[in-house]
Amino acid sequence: MKLLEIQDLSIHFGGVKAVDGVSFEVNEGEIFAIIGPNGAGKSTIFNLISRVYTPTKGNIRFEGQDITGLKAHQIAGLGIARTFQNIELFDHSTVLDNLLMGRHTHRTTNFVEDILFLPKVRREEREHRRRVEQVIEFLELEAYRKKMIAGLPYGVRKVVEIGRALAIGPKLILLDEPASGLSVEETRDVAFWIEDMRRDMGLTVLMVEHDMSLVNQVSDRVLAVANGRPLALGEPAEVQAHPDVQAAYLGTGAAA
Amino acid sequence: MRVVFKTSYDPDIDLHEHGHSRAKIAILLAVMVALPFLVNDYYLAEAANTLIWSLAGMGLMVAVGHTGQVSLGHAAFLAIGAYADSALMSAGAPFWVSFPLAGLITGIFGALIAIPAVRMSGIYLAIATLAVFVIVEELVIILEPITGGVGGIMAPSITFFGLSFDRYGALENFYWLCLAVVALVTWGYANLLRSPTGRSFLAVRDSEVSARALGINVTRTRALAFGLSSGVTGLAGALMGHYIGFFNYELFSIFVSINLLLVVTIGGLGFIQGAFLGAFLITAVPQIIAIMRDNLVSVGIDLSGVPGLDTMIFSLILVGFIIYEPTGLYGRWLKIRTWFEIFPLARRDMFRRQKSYLKTERMR
Repeated sequence: MKLLEIQDLSIHFGGVKAVDGVSFEVNEGEIFAIIGPNGAGKSTIFNLISRVYTPTKGNIRFEGQDITGLKAHQIAGLGIARTFQNIELFDHSTVLDNLLMGRHTHRTTNFVEDILFLPKVRREEREHRRRVEQVIEFLELEAYRKKMIAGLPYGVRKVVEIGRALAIGPKLILLDEPASGLSVEETRDVAFWIEDMRRDMGLTVLMVEHDMSLVNQVSDRVLAVANGRPLALGEPAEVQAHPDVQAAYLGTGAAA
Repeated sequence: MRVVFKTSYDPDIDLHEHGHSRAKIAILLAVMVALPFLVNDYYLAEAANTLIWSLAGMGLMVAVGHTGQVSLGHAAFLAIGAYADSALMSAGAPFWVSFPLAGLITGIFGALIAIPAVRMSGIYLAIATLAVFVIVEELVIILEPITGGVGGIMAPSITFFGLSFDRYGALENFYWLCLAVVALVTWGYANLLRSPTGRSFLAVRDSEVSARALGINVTRTRALAFGLSSGVTGLAGALMGHYIGFFNYELFSIFVSINLLLVVTIGGLGFIQGAFLGAFLITAVPQIIAIMRDNLVSVGIDLSGVPGLDTMIFSLILVGFIIYEPTGLYGRWLKIRTWFEIFPLARRDMFRRQKSYLKTERMR
């Protein structure tokens, strides 16, 4: 079943065609990677899906519903979570609070109930905490639970950001370069987690990644883009062998 | 260092992790309740003033400390609260109706202002709130039937079920009234911070783009925070009106806005305790300067002719804090406490990473 369908997606900033006629579909339970050289428009595709940008043309459907007209803050409620290439955590809060913020779409109390801290609020807090603890256990963040983000090393922050996205309890998770800046060991952990997300949580993963070993290891299908245009779509080995992809990366005249 | 053995999530949800800190608050509250029997009227009046400033400080803290919205217009909300309360009481409403209503009116006004204003941030928001302040000041002068115009009005005397809460007639009662209001608001504020609403405020302050990605409606959250902020400030304004007794627009000058900003900055941005420490500093320093000035006269130095001495000392304190202690008085206290708690393991650079700044110019 198709979870996410992207049709003829384009966005132009003035004369720059950052994304130009990209179409692809992500099936439920699939791990789908987008690769491409710097400035190819990979992150822009993410920003279009999470509605940070509004496309010039084309549309995005999630579970059959057109989400192209929704606001950015309405996306998480549908079950689409994302991480950012340059970590966007809440620096002056603890790891636990950051993860709890990920539970925002599940709150049913309003601010008056919160100020009075009615028993209902406490019940919900317990439930949020229980769900967050599952994420903490999954990502092995126990040691950092009460630590401020501002004092954590880069690799841990990267994992906390994945955790915050998981706390939403999404159906689809968008990972923007989950392995960038990580060591070999940390990258291997990320690969295991991505596979476990699918196996244990039933998640569909869409990721942008430069690390080809990670892409080869986990992804079912790969889309290569360059200059905002799709180059090739298929299995990892197949896409990497494609002459247009090699030309885009290496700049040889192979495609000409 | 105290370690709590937790067997459920509740200690983390509770306001106090262990009985010790709960007891400390209870003792503090007991001392505050007993204060009228411990000090004379002069100090009691000052204590009431400090409580009112703490209330206003908590109001501004919601906006500046917890949602990162700098406001230079909070004196306007003090004014709206004071005049709304007085007008309602003059119209015959009892205090227990007029007082919450004054807060509500101010809060709604603040939220309405916020809907267009919160799209701005940092220095631009500060200027917009300054403009709101100027408009409200003019309105106060124009709306003479309600506000008494330039001449000012007398705040009606508060009576509850035949009991007087007049600031001059029954100072103890007025003090207890302020204390009750402050205690209630503090409790509500602390609840807010441990709830999803409070977390959404922090999320909006620290990263708007990821707040949106988590499903937080940034505009609505900021408007709510600003509304709550102005509502609490309105309550403080109402009490301030009763405290001063006879007031006109000059009570709510731009300097009050700036002093409020000092309260939250010096006290410690992002901490409820900061509002109290800052308020204490702001209300106590002028008294200390006055006492010192008098003492200097006795040794032959007469500073009574020096204009702007208080302002200069205030500014020096603010500049000093921003340079040397951006986390404010409460931040300093936390460091001292930690030093003792983990003695002798404290290191010089332990707090280096925990500097916090007003996030005003953040790229979005």
